[in-house]
Amino acid sequence: METYTLIVLLMAATIRMATPLLLAAMAGLFSERSGVIDLGLEGKMLGAAFAAAAVSATTGSVWLGLGAGILTAVALALVIGYACITHRGNQVVAGMAVTIMVVGLGPTLGLAWFNLGGQTPQLDGAGQRFTSLVWPWAETAREMPLPGLLYAELLSGQNLLVYFAAALVPFSAWIFYRTRFGLRLRAVGENPHAVDTAGISVNGLRYQAVIISGVLCGFAGTYLSTAASSGFVRDMTAGKGYLALAALIFGKWKPWPTLGACLLFAFTDALATRLQGVALPVVGVVPVQFILALPYVLTVLLLAGFVGQAVAPKAIGVPYSK
Amino acid sequence: MNAPAKLPRWAELGLLPLINLGVALVLAGLIIKILGESPLAAFKLMATGALGTQEGIGYTLYYATNFIFTGLAVAVAYHAGLFNIGAEGQAYIGGLGTGLVCLYLGTWPFWVVLPLAVLAGAIFGAGWAFIPAWLQARRGSHIVITTIMFNFIAAALMTYLLVNVLIKPGQQSPETREFSANAVMPAAHELFAKIGITVVATPLNLAFGLALVAATGVWIFIWRTRWGFALRVAGANPAAAVYAGISPPRIIVGAMLISGALAGGLGLNELMGSQHRILMDFPSGAGFVGIAVALMGRNHPVGIVVAAVLFGALYQGGSQLSFDLPKINRDMVVVIQGLVILLCGAMENIFRAPLTALFAHVRAEKGIE
Repeated sequence: METYTLIVLLMAATIRMATPLLLAAMAGLFSERSGVIDLGLEGKMLGAAFAAAAVSATTGSVWLGLGAGILTAVALALVIGYACITHRGNQVVAGMAVTIMVVGLGPTLGLAWFNLGGQTPQLDGAGQRFTSLVWPWAETAREMPLPGLLYAELLSGQNLLVYFAAALVPFSAWIFYRTRFGLRLRAVGENPHAVDTAGISVNGLRYQAVIISGVLCGFAGTYLSTAASSGFVRDMTAGKGYLALAALIFGKWKPWPTLGACLLFAFTDALATRLQGVALPVVGVVPVQFILALPYVLTVLLLAGFVGQAVAPKAIGVPYSK
Repeated sequence: MNAPAKLPRWAELGLLPLINLGVALVLAGLIIKILGESPLAAFKLMATGALGTQEGIGYTLYYATNFIFTGLAVAVAYHAGLFNIGAEGQAYIGGLGTGLVCLYLGTWPFWVVLPLAVLAGAIFGAGWAFIPAWLQARRGSHIVITTIMFNFIAAALMTYLLVNVLIKPGQQSPETREFSANAVMPAAHELFAKIGITVVATPLNLAFGLALVAATGVWIFIWRTRWGFALRVAGANPAAAVYAGISPPRIIVGAMLISGALAGGLGLNELMGSQHRILMDFPSGAGFVGIAVALMGRNHPVGIVVAAVLFGALYQGGSQLSFDLPKINRDMVVVIQGLVILLCGAMENIFRAPLTALFAHVRAEKGIE
């Protein structure tokens, strides 16, 4: 019974960690399938995290915070779009530049506006955060055997953004594989010339994809500062944008496998926290750093073709010129 | 008229980067204005903080040393058509090599320790670059992604080593013991004192000279050797390179080894020159500043040294900001860094087209064909 509780709690921690990863990875999926490398995930998330916390703190409404987060991330996405799509600039450089800029800009604006050394004020008022929704009878269910705890810990007790992220996977899969827009989006990432010949604007499609990526990064960043914690602190994304990119590649640029990769990566994180200093049978104490590095090692192995094969969209990273 | 007009060389190498830098600074000024401070006062403070005193100049050049090494690392890879985002991790692991020599062979005479430390830094840095390079060359794995992953793996590895293996027994913070005196890079003020000139003590040290030597070496290598030529051909046109009998996989691995070795030079300045121990996250973003420096310096050693000094001045001047202007802190420097990368790297085409048109117009006016 003890082990069972432990496993359920581990799963719950996995879901909490997977949510921002999944949102960012889905954001990257839209951008990259259209042929635009999304190295700006980290920056867009961080920008959204700051904007959401700042607006939620000043207005007292987390929904306005979410709006601000989305607007900020979309604005940053448009900067990348303007540089890379309109002016055919280097996509890797643009993404890096926006990320570095935001790493500095968040604490700079935070210091000037709130005078708290670069942080935003604690979000402790009512309605300033996305809090857990407790489903009916969750507390009663917790007392019951096996399925009860699952219901109480996994289905119930999550915040709205978690459910949104979960619903996003089937929805994205539907868009990519069952709609005209999705077909065109995939085509523009593989063979933009063919799309252009068909009379559809390559740049228009790519701008749409980049904007969608911005919107989803807005959700991811808002989750970090208003749901997973109560306010913005510097560098709070802590590489999650790059981890999401790794998940997206590990998921072979497909929605469902990307969900799997996000859950796997989040699980390694939850496990590392759990195993800190715990001696295991046979192997003894496993250094946490090795578990934390596992997602990156796995991604490299996959890219090298040692575990399966990941094939990137053909036209990725190549600016389109007629 | 239809042939793509080219900018004159001086405009391409001098004017265009200056325009991009200027626009980046104007944008940064706007942000400072929004924050409620005077942009002119801020820039003036930064300039005097960085270049107004001996101490400021010393710190500026000390920071610049790190950026020269990482900027050269990014540039060599760039000439081979590779984008090395992993200079940060390579510098971290390269510093480990330098640090290990200083820790365990540090009692030997300095002039024996120094070459060994340089060599170890280069080998460790190159080693860390080798795996992504080999994977790109032989397995086609995208080097941008693998080098990013290797930055994180390097961070995890170093945390493990510092926390569990190299930590000085009996202390809390994950740092090694201090290097012995023989493994410390001579500081600039000590060197100046030997020839009878008194200057203020700063962390500036002999590694700055080594960085300039590295820059000269890179210039000779890229433009004056057969190997460097092959590297540039492979970077500019891989198909033509194959046709000329150059093997792109060999170039990729070779260029990345040199790139990683150069990044490994950072430890000479940061660890041997200033910290005198191995500690957590000592590259502190210099690998990414290297990208900005290489882009702004047009991947030319002279440009890189100039850009590195400029960024050194930004870092030194930025620390001055927080003292005098309460609403601005050092993070503003990172904003400027991002803007420079954006404008010099990703948006360079925006001003190139109008500038090219302008030059074509002027030429037509003058009747020069």
